[in-house]
Amino acid sequence: MSVLVYLENWDGKFKKVSFELLSYGKKIAEDMGVPMFALSLGKVDASELETLKTYGPEKIFVNDNGFDSLDNEMYASAISQAAEKEDATLVVFSQDNVGNALAGRVAVRLKAGLVSAVSAIPISYDPFIIKKKVYTNKVFGHVKVNTAKKILSLSKNTFEIIENAAAGVVEELALDHAEPKTKVESTDKVTGKLLLTDAELVVSAGRGMKGPENWGMIEELAETLGAATACSRPCSDEGWRPHTEHVGQTGKIIAPNLYIAIGISGAIQHIGGISNSKCIVAINKDPDAPIFEAADYGIVGDAFKVIPELNEALKNA
Amino acid sequence: MNILVCVSNVPDTTTKVKFSGTQLETEGVQWIVNPWDELAITRALELKESGAGVDKITIATVGLVGTETTIRKGLAMGADDAFRVDADPTDAFFTATQLAEVIKAGSYDLIMTGFESADYNGISVGGMLSEILGYPSVGAVSAVNIVDGKLQIDREIDGGKEVLSVQTPVVASVQKGIAIDPRIPAMRGIMMARRKPLTVMPAVEVEVYTEVVEIELPEAKSAVKMFDAEDIQGLVNALKNEANVI
Ligand SMILES: Cc1cc2nc3c(=O)[nH]c(=O)nc-3n(C[C@H](O)[C@H](O)[C@H](O)COP(=O)(O)OP(=O)(O)OC[C@H]3O[C@@H](n4cnc5c(N)ncnc54)[C@H](O)[C@@H]3O)c2cc1C
Ligand SMILES: Nc1ncnc2c1ncn2[C@@H]1O[C@H](COP(=O)(O)O)[C@@H](O)[C@H]1O
Repeated sequence: MSVLVYLENWDGKFKKVSFELLSYGKKIAEDMGVPMFALSLGKVDASELETLKTYGPEKIFVNDNGFDSLDNEMYASAISQAAEKEDATLVVFSQDNVGNALAGRVAVRLKAGLVSAVSAIPISYDPFIIKKKVYTNKVFGHVKVNTAKKILSLSKNTFEIIENAAAGVVEELALDHAEPKTKVESTDKVTGKLLLTDAELVVSAGRGMKGPENWGMIEELAETLGAATACSRPCSDEGWRPHTEHVGQTGKIIAPNLYIAIGISGAIQHIGGISNSKCIVAINKDPDAPIFEAADYGIVGDAFKVIPELNEALKNA
Repeated sequence: MNILVCVSNVPDTTTKVKFSGTQLETEGVQWIVNPWDELAITRALELKESGAGVDKITIATVGLVGTETTIRKGLAMGADDAFRVDADPTDAFFTATQLAEVIKAGSYDLIMTGFESADYNGISVGGMLSEILGYPSVGAVSAVNIVDGKLQIDREIDGGKEVLSVQTPVVASVQKGIAIDPRIPAMRGIMMARRKPLTVMPAVEVEVYTEVVEIELPEAKSAVKMFDAEDIQGLVNALKNEANVI
């Protein structure tokens, strides 16, 4: 028996979420009294693999033969083979585009029950019961998993990173290879920009900013904080801001440490995308704006006056 | 090319949900086509209307008879026919298995699911369905096009997108970008929908992999702490020393 953690790499590098996943997997492995293994597919520098050892895997399986772009079937097959080799009773994914695409496939292969977007360790192991948010984050469901093997996907920024070194032997995973049935023809991406989904601090603004020409102060504030920028849906619909910034039920779902909502009314669909943030600050001129119900801290005031002052105060903080 | 869209029947997302035990109290609940599935139907219709070579659009739902209103809405949008598997879709593996039976009984090139449903937020059915069928799959799909009779699928990645060519049949789990505004059924569509074929199929038996055993209400959030617009420093201090986030 073991816990297997699948780790994505981004152009050969691991991100914070990988260490979160390992910390989470390790905690569960300890509770169950079994070892934890990690799996990385695709090309990764040896020095990057070295960083994983700090977080407790007994072994780190690697294979970079043909794994340079994601083919769900091929990856799911490889992960399932690793799970079977180490008799994994639990496989952990990150709840993101890649984890979402793979977890269901691996679940079917391993005949395992899947619970996605969890944010804490199980409530109990026998029976195996774990909590997750349902009905667009309105309530928690306690999900009981009846199968011997289980699969979880962990929401980002929900589990504390814990250093817990283990052997971390890197081992080449022998695989039966399948031919990919999907092929990446072209890629179009920006690099070097702080990604909204990775950001720990987010400055977000809405229709209260009146128009795209007023976003300068939002960007300045974000820069002062080292934060990413986001917006409400109307702002991206209107073309004020790029679609990649739209957060909410129909946009990105994020969970930063700090979310500053400026001139955003706080519609339920917006809140659905940000309610897992650790701290929400609302700045709105309407004291009755629903955003204040979701916020931890609030200021009733005119954004055009408050933001520059806040920016100055933060520069000196 | 034939397209099948998997449609989940969910409470309107602004519904204030109430439960008795683990059962959602359905009184006063407005049921809708899961928003992602609505956009998937919309995109399928756009492709059909553009003359790109879509012959037929089929809807498949796993649900009890009450879901037929939602299915008819999909038909009123413009889908051609529908299947309903007569069962309560309590678990993603159960649902995916039923959908796979519908798909195996027909002939489809593109199967679309939403990336998640607004009830159990399972993020599971699309992946499971593709694996049960042994089809390739693409997740985080933000565009579907037909170029020279071939499917071309955009997938969102960190900081951008990838354009993929795929072997068919393929399962695409769609998200933001797939279509902008959902198609609103017109009167004529609503009239026609009544006569479109809706076939009811019995469910096959499936082992229960997961079940919701309890619903827990989130803790009431502590009240917001307000600062005067003149006291920006107070806010900054709180963020620094109390919340420890900067
Ligand atoms: C199916 C569906 C899905 C949706 N999904 C999303 C989603 O994913 N994300 C999303 O954001 N929305 C979504 N929406 C839209 C949502 O319902 C709201 O319409 C939207 O969030 C409102 O955006 P807003 O807060 O920027 O604008 P408004 O609601 O117009 O709010 C503007 C706010 O700015 C304040 N304001 C104005 N001037 C100032 C000033 N000078 N200083 C300070 N404050 C000021 C006002 O008091 C007001 O509260 C969805 C809607 C539907 C129906
Ligand atoms: N009961 C159902 N009937 C048909 N399709 C469904 C059903 N439940 C989920 N789906 C499909 O699977 C997608 C993801 O749902 P889920 O995995 O439940 O979050 C939905 O957007 C639908 O396309």
